[in-house]
Amino acid sequence: MSWVLSLPLLIPFGAAVLAFLLKDRPSGAWVSVLGSGAMLIASIVLMVNVLAEGVIAGQMGGWPAPFGITLVSDLLSAVMVVITAITALAVSIYALADVRPRIAGLGYHALFQVLIAGVAGAFLTGDLFNLYVWFEVMLIASFGLLVMGGSREQIDGGVKYVALNLISTILFLTGIGILYGMTGTLNMADLAVTVPEVENQAMVTVVAMMFMVAFGVKAAVFPLFFWLPAAYHTPAFSTSAVFAGLLTKVGVYALIRMFTLVFVGDISFTHEVLLWVACFTMVTGVLGAAAQNDFRKILSFHIVSQIGYMILGLALMTPLAILGAVFYLVHHIIVKANLFLVAGVASRIAGDTALKKIGGLYAFAPLLAVLFLIPAFSLAGFPPLSGFWAKFLLVRAALEDGHGFVAFVALAVGALTIFSMTKIWAEAFWTPHPEGKEPRLSQLDAATRWSLLLPIAGLAVLTCIVGLFPEPFVQFAERAAGQLLEPTEYIETVLGARP
Amino acid sequence: MEVVLSCLVGVLSAAAIYLMLSRDLLRFLFGLILISNAANLAIFTSGRLITGNPPLILEGQDFPVDEAANALPQALVLTAIVIGFGLFAFALTLTLKAYRRLGTLDTSEMRVAEPREE
Repeated sequence: MSWVLSLPLLIPFGAAVLAFLLKDRPSGAWVSVLGSGAMLIASIVLMVNVLAEGVIAGQMGGWPAPFGITLVSDLLSAVMVVITAITALAVSIYALADVRPRIAGLGYHALFQVLIAGVAGAFLTGDLFNLYVWFEVMLIASFGLLVMGGSREQIDGGVKYVALNLISTILFLTGIGILYGMTGTLNMADLAVTVPEVENQAMVTVVAMMFMVAFGVKAAVFPLFFWLPAAYHTPAFSTSAVFAGLLTKVGVYALIRMFTLVFVGDISFTHEVLLWVACFTMVTGVLGAAAQNDFRKILSFHIVSQIGYMILGLALMTPLAILGAVFYLVHHIIVKANLFLVAGVASRIAGDTALKKIGGLYAFAPLLAVLFLIPAFSLAGFPPLSGFWAKFLLVRAALEDGHGFVAFVALAVGALTIFSMTKIWAEAFWTPHPEGKEPRLSQLDAATRWSLLLPIAGLAVLTCIVGLFPEPFVQFAERAAGQLLEPTEYIETVLGARP
Repeated sequence: MEVVLSCLVGVLSAAAIYLMLSRDLLRFLFGLILISNAANLAIFTSGRLITGNPPLILEGQDFPVDEAANALPQALVLTAIVIGFGLFAFALTLTLKAYRRLGTLDTSEMRVAEPREE
């Protein structure tokens, strides 16, 4: 069984090696596209298997759990790997036209594939130390992608990104050390069994908080998010898009995994903290966005506020809330990556991302305007797009759990999201270009136009499908949430699995 | 022995946090080395400290002959040291590049990506 689990990791690594060898030729970029496509197929095979058989676990190197390294996939892991592959495919097609040959020659496509492998590895691993290693793989690749090109903005943003992420990593590592000292195991399923048996439960809560802070930095929650708006608007647009779509979500995934599987002994404390964190994250993110005047900076702050919704789902910890969090996670990756891709096209034809310096996109590039409106409305939560259902589920979960105030915050943040989206719409699309330029899509040659617009249109169609036919997706999320809240199957599969 | 090392972890962390609160990026980096070593030591200590007894198990038995230290955290620390070294090398290179491109290592002066509002 283990090849089903390891293929989504091996394919991007293989693609990375090939892309590195071909980095000076145009074919290097195509290797990246093909690798992402192959990974998508592998991840769908994984998904089909998980749907048919339930949780799948494989022991790498043939050592039985909890001694060896476990790869494991439940529905949440499987759907995250599928969505990672979809994002990778969209962004690698976009990168064909977006990444300049000079940057590609530095090994852009190879690093991109390593990043994807790191993300997929983090979703599939069942071992805490292995998770740390995948985080590092992801981190070092993202460092490279972020500063590639070496403009002053990139270096400046890169310093902050590197510094804060390294602190989070070290905190994570220390937490691993203490947890191992207490339980003698780092296998997540085994931890779920042994952590409740630890005598000193107060210490478990301390370690839980260390993990919360470490993953909180990765997920960019309040008050740990400052590296994100400092860095995400500086690199190439394809880099921004893949970061925005996937990286913070790995942090959210790790939080969901640890705080539904392992750290569930003191829910009244840990999840109460998470609830406050969620509210503050939503509010500060959206207020930050309202104060910005740059296409990508507004979108960066929106990531922060949207992360709040997912944490909210985790904090409430009811079946409906976890369902909502899973749904939100998937919806947000599609929408957010797409908005950054749109920002790239807008900047390319209108000349900048500063809202004051661009305009006229609605008059001269109506297709782009439509392609912007779909993810923008979805993010703000307009029916019938995917974001509406995601918000609806979470707000209902909050109300059912008796958290009227939290539901109110979530709705108010939605309204403020629309406000800052209106700002982009008004300044970039509606008002005429300040220099009288006519930003037309026909300025781009046909090949560029296709490779930029095809992924945007594809992701937009996906948003619409999820929005118009939410039933199967909600049912899926319900099953995934069921597995998270009742982890017996996960634990038994991992610990019972023979190599 | 565990107590001594635990105290050392504490001292290293305290010194590291002091350094990392500085506005100077280079001091921050020194703090980062110290705290990553504190983390490594913490993991090392979590596997018990017993000198001189290799964790070898005789044939047909389930436990080592004498009380031995757990070998797994030591393997983990090795991995963590290598990874930490790689990341630190990158951070140092980035700092050098930042100094050359931005002309300063004072973090409060580094406002290129986030300019102050006029």
